[in-house]
Order: sequence, then structure tokens, then C-alpha cells
Amino acid sequence: MLLRGRVHKLGNNVDTDQIIATEYCNSENPEELSRYCLLAAEPEFHKKVKKGDMIFAGKNFGCGSSREHAPLALKGSGISLVVAESFARIFFRNCINVGLPIMICPEAVKTATDQDYVEADLSKGELIIGGEKVMAQKFPPFMQDLVKAGGLLDYISSK
Amino acid sequence: MALTFSEKIISKQVGEEKKAGEFVFAPISKIMANELSGFVSIKQFKRYGFKKVFDPEKIILVPSHNVPNKDVTTAGHAKTMRDFAREQEIVHYYELGEMGIEHGLLPEKALVLPGELVVGGDSHTCTYGALGLLSVGMGSTDIAAAMATGKSWLRVPETIKVNFTGGMPEYVVAKDLVLYLIKRLGVEGALYKTLEIGGEVINAMGMEGRLTITNMAVEAGAKAGIIFADQVTKDFYSERGVEEDGYDILLSDSDAVYSEEVSIDVSNLSPVVAAPYSPDNVITVDELVEKEGPINIDQVVIGSCTNGRISDLRQAAQILDGKKVARGVRVIIIPATQNVYLQAVKEGLVEKFIEAGAVVSTPTCGPCAGLHSGILAEGEVAISTTNRNFPGRMGHVDSKVYLSSPYVAAASALKGQLASPLEVY
Repeated sequence: MLLRGRVHKLGNNVDTDQIIATEYCNSENPEELSRYCLLAAEPEFHKKVKKGDMIFAGKNFGCGSSREHAPLALKGSGISLVVAESFARIFFRNCINVGLPIMICPEAVKTATDQDYVEADLSKGELIIGGEKVMAQKFPPFMQDLVKAGGLLDYISSK
Repeated sequence: MALTFSEKIISKQVGEEKKAGEFVFAPISKIMANELSGFVSIKQFKRYGFKKVFDPEKIILVPSHNVPNKDVTTAGHAKTMRDFAREQEIVHYYELGEMGIEHGLLPEKALVLPGELVVGGDSHTCTYGALGLLSVGMGSTDIAAAMATGKSWLRVPETIKVNFTGGMPEYVVAKDLVLYLIKRLGVEGALYKTLEIGGEVINAMGMEGRLTITNMAVEAGAKAGIIFADQVTKDFYSERGVEEDGYDILLSDSDAVYSEEVSIDVSNLSPVVAAPYSPDNVITVDELVEKEGPINIDQVVIGSCTNGRISDLRQAAQILDGKKVARGVRVIIIPATQNVYLQAVKEGLVEKFIEAGAVVSTPTCGPCAGLHSGILAEGEVAISTTNRNFPGRMGHVDSKVYLSSPYVAAASALKGQLASPLEVY
């Protein structure tokens, strides 16, 4: 799957309270959640973000609470891909489970600047940043199967 | 092959030897959900057409976050879970009146046992690791899948061994130790790994302090925090009518492979806080005040899944007994469960709290996660015995939370500023 989008850069340890605060977690509707997405980290994010945009974040993205509302809020905001130096483990699982594409790629995060346009080939795990090709960490085959199935519940239902 | 504790539990569950880095679909011993993440799990469960949970005796449902019902929407979430519990004939559903914050309740009622593999729809599910089991927090869809199939996918984690040595100084308690540990590791220092916590300090520690420590394993990024079952564990279960033949005691092999070993001598530690906005931003109260001058506070919260047990309330009462909280400071005390609440009433702790000018709330996660019953306004500052101090965690994005032990929180309540218990007691 090929994606093209504009980069929003974020720092290290962006936690789920910043991605979506609990006071807005009373819905699991991605569009509704998107209105409050990243309010604490970037108050204008919900106005600036466009469909297809990408998040490029530092280490430990999505740390904190187990709330699945966090990837849903990003998805509802139109975010097509999250690239990070590393992900907090529950957030990582939640992304795979709700079908929000993610890549672990410290090099890409260092290379890309805010507002860059980046291309991503999800099946190859490849990013094109300013003409340069950067490879993301490959998912283990087990996880690739989950992603291919469309998420955990689709995977289980197909068995 | 030598195995770690985590490798042993997962190998036992799947029926063949599994090592760190391998992926498994493992049968789960118990599955926990609260109403905040649980209502999403239940929606997913139904959306995918699942009819019956895999085993109604192995699922534990606890309304804890927005209860007593905060508003019409969250009342609906609680009702979704209540109705689901009824239609699925879930044995372990705990209604208001017998509920508690889940991570207080499950250990207290011996609902999870040593040697088990537990998953829960809450990041602080790692708390139960203090009981000699492997317990992992997950999201709503994971829990929906586990409720339907009885299994979860896991990557077998590597393990970091943590050794606490030395003698505990006065007023230094479990919360201080875990904050020191998070400072040492950093908030992503244990990412995807198990923290195996032991040493002479842990051996001498009661179960409540141990639960405080494993509760915050996730704040270092860990998948689980575990403490081997020992005599303290056996006594804990025996008091609840569960004897040794009712569970499995597992230990890491002596030559098991660790990814890292960390040793912390506690002998010279002082009471600490984690300053905003990260749980690893840890500094002693004295150093912080020396650096930044007096730090005025608006609110004090004593409770939560980290520090809402009876020993925590006893520590707070020891400081507050016969004194008055500083004028203008709002002090909210929240026993973690109904049993803790009742015990606090019987021991006269609640009377001491009320006479000191604190309020005592029914068990709830309310203020800790910025949900209700103690939300901070713009610019306000709280000291809290909870586990997170991210921007906006307890309310407005420009409010601040300092994390501490009950001793430090109670001392600060009296002074109206961040204070060490050594200073006011």
C-alpha cells in the first residue's frame, strides 16, 4: 500500500493523555475523538491536520494509558501513518488492532522535517524522504499476518 | 534450558518451551476489564458477532473509572458492562457497593493467583505481578479477542532484574523506591520487557508495598513487573482462604538470561516526588525546594491503584492525626476498595481525616485520570499519590501534578506546600 502525506513532527514520550484526554474518551467514534486529538501537545493540531498526513515522533510514542481511543483519534484526524523511534507497547498493539499503520524507524524521524512530504510503501516498509530511501524495522511475520488480516478480530474471525 | 519467570509462565500456558522474542497465542488464566475500556471491548465483541465469552468464570468486570456514574454518557458505559455481565452470566462482576479500583480489588479478593497469566484492559494491570504472576495491560480490542477466545497474542518478553538492597530509612516507602527505579530506567527504559523485582528490601516488604511497586512498572515502559511468590505471598493468600496447593509458585532459573541487571541501595534515599510532566522526573523533596523555592499546592489526592490500600491510609493518618490541613488546600482521600474504606472507618482513620479537614471519597479512579471528583483548574498544582503526571492528566493542560508517597502528600497537605514528612512530623 502506497501513502503520500505531510509530516507533523512530535517529540519524545508523547503520552495518551496528550493524544486524547480522558474527558473526551466517552465516545469511540474516530471523527468525534479527532476534535480533541493532541490538544495538550499541539492545541492547533485538529485545525491544521489534513487527511493523509503523517506523524513522525520520537521515542516511546503513546506511553501511558491503555486507551484505544488514542489510535482512533489519530485515525479520525486523517493520519495515514505514524512513524516513531519507538512505541509504547500497548499503543503499538492498539494500532495493529484498529488498523492504524505504524513504522519503527529512528532514521526517518531524524531525517524528516516538519511539513515535509513523505512517501511510504507499507508492504515494503520503505519511506521516501526528500528523494532518499529509508527502510523501517521489519515487522515479524506473525504481526504481518495480523496487519494483512486487517487487525486482530478480523484475523481471529478468519480462522 | 534456563528460563526466566516470564518465559516459564508463557511456556506453561502454551504447553511448550518459549524463549524471549518468540510470538505465541497463549491461553489466558483471567481477563479483567473496567467500564472505561470495557464498553469499547463489548462493542467490538458484538460487532464481530461473538455470541458467548469463552468462560464466564475467568472474566472479571469492575466498574471503577467513572463511577459512581459521572454523567449520562458514562452511566451508559457502566450499563453496557452491567448488561453484558448479566447476559453472559459473568461470575465476577462487582457492582457499586462491593467494587473498588480494580487493581485494589483483584488482589484483595484473591481473584488472580500465583503462576497465572492475566491480561486486563487497563495499563496498570501490571500491578498483580507482585503476587508472583505475569499480568499484562492491553487495549479494548485485545480484551474483546481474549474474552471471545480465551487467548491473547504475546511476544515473550526479555527481563530486567532489579535488586533493592540496604535498610529503609525512616519515611522512605515503596512509592519512593519505585520512583527511584523509574528515574534510573527512564520512562522507556524497560520497553516491552518484564521487570523482575527482588532483593532483601523486597523480601522484607509487605504485600501492599509490593503492589505499589509493580503498579508503576508500566511507567518505565515495562510489559510487566513481577515479584516472586514467597512466604509473604503465601500468608496473603492463606488469609483469603487460598492455600499453597491452589496455585503455582514459579521462579526464574538461577542461570536464566537477563537483558540488564539494576541494583539500588536504598540506605541513603530520601522521600521523593516525580515533578511535572513525567514520572521519571524524580527529585528529593528537599532538593526540589532548594532549587525552586516553596511550591504552593491547591490539591492533595491520597488514594488510587498505586497508594489506596490500608497501609497507605495509615501513613497519611499518622501525619494528619490531630492536625489541620493548610487553609485553602483541598485534600481528597480515596480508599481503593470498599473493604479498605470499612477498615479505615473501623480503625478511626476516617475520623482523623475528616477532623483534619480532608474529604473521604467512595472508591473511584476519578481524579487520578482527570475524570471527575477532583479535577484541576488552569494553573492549579496538586500533589498526588497516583501514578502519572503527564500534561493535563488531572484536569486542565496547564495544571501540574507532583507524584509522591502518602507520607509526602500528607505532610504537604499540612504545610500547603510540597513538604517532606521529616519536616512537619
